[in-house]
Amino acid sequence: MTPPVPPASSPPVQAMAQVAFRRPVGAYVELGLSAPAIAGAAAPGQFVAFAVGGPTSANLLRRSIAISGVGGGRVHVVVSPHGPGSTWLAGLQPGAEVDVVGPLGRPFPLPPPGTPALLVGGGYGAAALVGLAGRLRDAGSEVAAVSGAASADRLCSVEELGALAAPFLVTTDDGSAGRRGWVTTAVAELIHGAGVVYACGPMGMLRAVSDQAVAVGIPGYVAVEESMACGIGVCMTCVLPIVGADGRTRFARSCVEGPVFGGDRVRFGDVGTLPGDVVGADAMGLVTASAPTATETTGSTPFSSQGQRSPEGGTSVIRVEPS
Amino acid sequence: MTAGTCVDMSTSLAGAGIPSPVLTASGCSAFGRELDPFFDLGSIGAVVTKSVQLRPRSGRPTPRMAETPSGMLNSIGLQGPGIDGLLAEELPWLAERGVRAFVSIAGTRVEDFAELAARLRGVPGVLGLEVNISCPNVESRGEVFACDPVAAAEVVAAVRAVADPAQPVYAKLSPDVTDIVSVAAACAEAGANGLSMINTLLGLVIDPDTMRPVLGGVTGGLSGPAIRPVALRCVWQVHKGLPHVPILGMGGIRTGLDALQFVLAGASAVSVGTAVFNDPSAPARIHAELAEALADRGFARLADAVGHAHRPPDGPR
Repeated sequence: MTPPVPPASSPPVQAMAQVAFRRPVGAYVELGLSAPAIAGAAAPGQFVAFAVGGPTSANLLRRSIAISGVGGGRVHVVVSPHGPGSTWLAGLQPGAEVDVVGPLGRPFPLPPPGTPALLVGGGYGAAALVGLAGRLRDAGSEVAAVSGAASADRLCSVEELGALAAPFLVTTDDGSAGRRGWVTTAVAELIHGAGVVYACGPMGMLRAVSDQAVAVGIPGYVAVEESMACGIGVCMTCVLPIVGADGRTRFARSCVEGPVFGGDRVRFGDVGTLPGDVVGADAMGLVTASAPTATETTGSTPFSSQGQRSPEGGTSVIRVEPS
Repeated sequence: MTAGTCVDMSTSLAGAGIPSPVLTASGCSAFGRELDPFFDLGSIGAVVTKSVQLRPRSGRPTPRMAETPSGMLNSIGLQGPGIDGLLAEELPWLAERGVRAFVSIAGTRVEDFAELAARLRGVPGVLGLEVNISCPNVESRGEVFACDPVAAAEVVAAVRAVADPAQPVYAKLSPDVTDIVSVAAACAEAGANGLSMINTLLGLVIDPDTMRPVLGGVTGGLSGPAIRPVALRCVWQVHKGLPHVPILGMGGIRTGLDALQFVLAGASAVSVGTAVFNDPSAPARIHAELAEALADRGFARLADAVGHAHRPPDGPR
C-alpha cells in the first residue's frame, strides 16, 4: 500500500484576508486573497477554511476550499457557488475582507525526482492540481493531466494545466468541450506512462481513478471530499474509513489526517456506513452490516464533485457545506 | 491596554481556582491541541476535553453534521480513544504545557463512570471532572441519565464517591427535560460540586431532495447561538433555585456579551463550544471581550457580576 501521507510542516494561522482579485471562470469564481502568512506556508493539496457572512452570520460552519495556487503573498481559490456560504464567498468584491484559516490538511507527497506523474481533476477539483503540476515540473517530472466535468462551464483550470501538462486531455459528460465521456477513459490511455497518479474531484471519480492506479501497481493519491464543519480537526464530522499503517481501519478526519490519502487506504465502498472492523466499532452497541439505505445513497448522490469541503454539499470536490 | 485588563477575571470551578472564566466546551475542541496554533491554551480557564469512555469508540457513520439556522446538528457518537489513549497521549500533552484539563467522562452504565473517575485520580493537570450524563447521541434515549433525576443522582454519587477529592465533579445537564431544576437538585444532593449546562438539544433535519434524515444517526444534538436563550433560561432557573451551586454555563456563546448574559444569570464560568468551529480563537477573544464588557459596566471583579440579573434593579454591585 502507499505509505501514509505525512503532516504539513507548518501549523495553520488565522487571518483577515483582503480580496485582491475576483474572476468569474465558467460556473465558478476564482478569488485571490492577500494572506502572506498562509501563502508562504502552503503546499499543493492543502486547503483554507473561510468564515462566511461576517461576524453575525447565521451560517457558522467554515467553508473549506482547496488552494489552487499561491503567489505574491496571495492565496488563490476557486469557489463553486451552490449554497448560502459559497454564494456569499463567490460574491466578495476586491477590497472586501474575509476571515480565513490555513494552510490546512496534508499536502500531496512528492515522488522521487523525475517520476512521471498523471494528474486527474474532476470539476473544480482540477484547481487543486495546478500548484502540484508546477512543483512536479520543477522536480523534473513529466506531467500528464486529465480534466473532466459534466459540461464545459464546469471545467476548471484548463489553461493553467494545459500550460504545465502534456499530454493534457479534457473530457465532458455532454461533449460540450474536449472529448465526450468520463475521465476514467482518458486515464486508462495515459496511466501506463505514469509512475504516480494524483486526483482531486468527486468521490466516485476518486474511487475509479484509485482503482486504476492499483490495477497498474503505481501509487495513487486522492484529495477527498467530505463534509467539514471546522477544517482544523476539532469537530469530528469529516471522518472516512481509512486503513492505517498497522492495517487497521479507523474513522480518520479528512481535514487533519487528509484531505490527501493514498487511494488504496480509503474504503470508498464503506463511506457512510459503520463497518464492524473499524477501530472502536465494537463499543458502539449498534454494529450491523452496512445499512442498505446508506450504501444506496453513497452510490447515487451524496458525493458530488470537486474541491470544496463545505456544509453545503452540491457539486463540490470535497463536500464541505451543509445544505 | 484595554479597560478590561483591570477587571479581576479569576474564578473557580467549585473551589478549583482558574485565572479565566472562559473554557472550551466538551466535544467542540477535541483534546485541545488542534487549537494550540490559534491562542495560548494556558491562558483560558481550562480545556474541557471530549467525553471519554472506557473503550475506544469509532463514533457514528457519516454524515455527522448539518448546518442549521445559527447552529448545527451533530451526530458524532462520542468518537474517541478511550481512557487508555487519553491517559497515554492527550492529558500528558496538556500537562506538559501547563494547560488545565477539565475531563469529560461518559458511559453507558453507572460503573463505567465510576471506573473512569477512579482512573483519573491524581492525574497531573486534571483540574476536575465533567460527568456527561446528557449526550443525546447514544444508543437509546433511555440511556440519557440526565433525563431522570434518580438515574442522574446515581451516576453523580458513584463518581463523587471514588473521584479524587481535589477534583470537583460537575454534572452536565440536558435541557430536554420537563423540570431541569429538579434534576439539578438531585445532582447537587448526590454530591455534585457544580453543574454544567446545557448539553445539546435533540434535533432532526430531513433532506428535501432525498426525503430522508440527513444524519447517519438520524437525530443529532443541536448547538450554536440558536439554543442560547434556552441555555440561558436553564442557568437562570437553576441559579434561582440553587443559588449556592456553581454553574458552568454554555450554549451558543459567541461573544463576550453572550458570556456576560450567562454570568449575570448565575454562571461563574462559561464554556465556548460551536463558536470555535466558526472562530478557532474564540475562547481567547471572548475572554477579552467579557473583561471589557465587565469594565464598561463598572465591575472590578467577575465574581461581583455572577447572578447580578437576579438582584433587584437598585441593589448594590
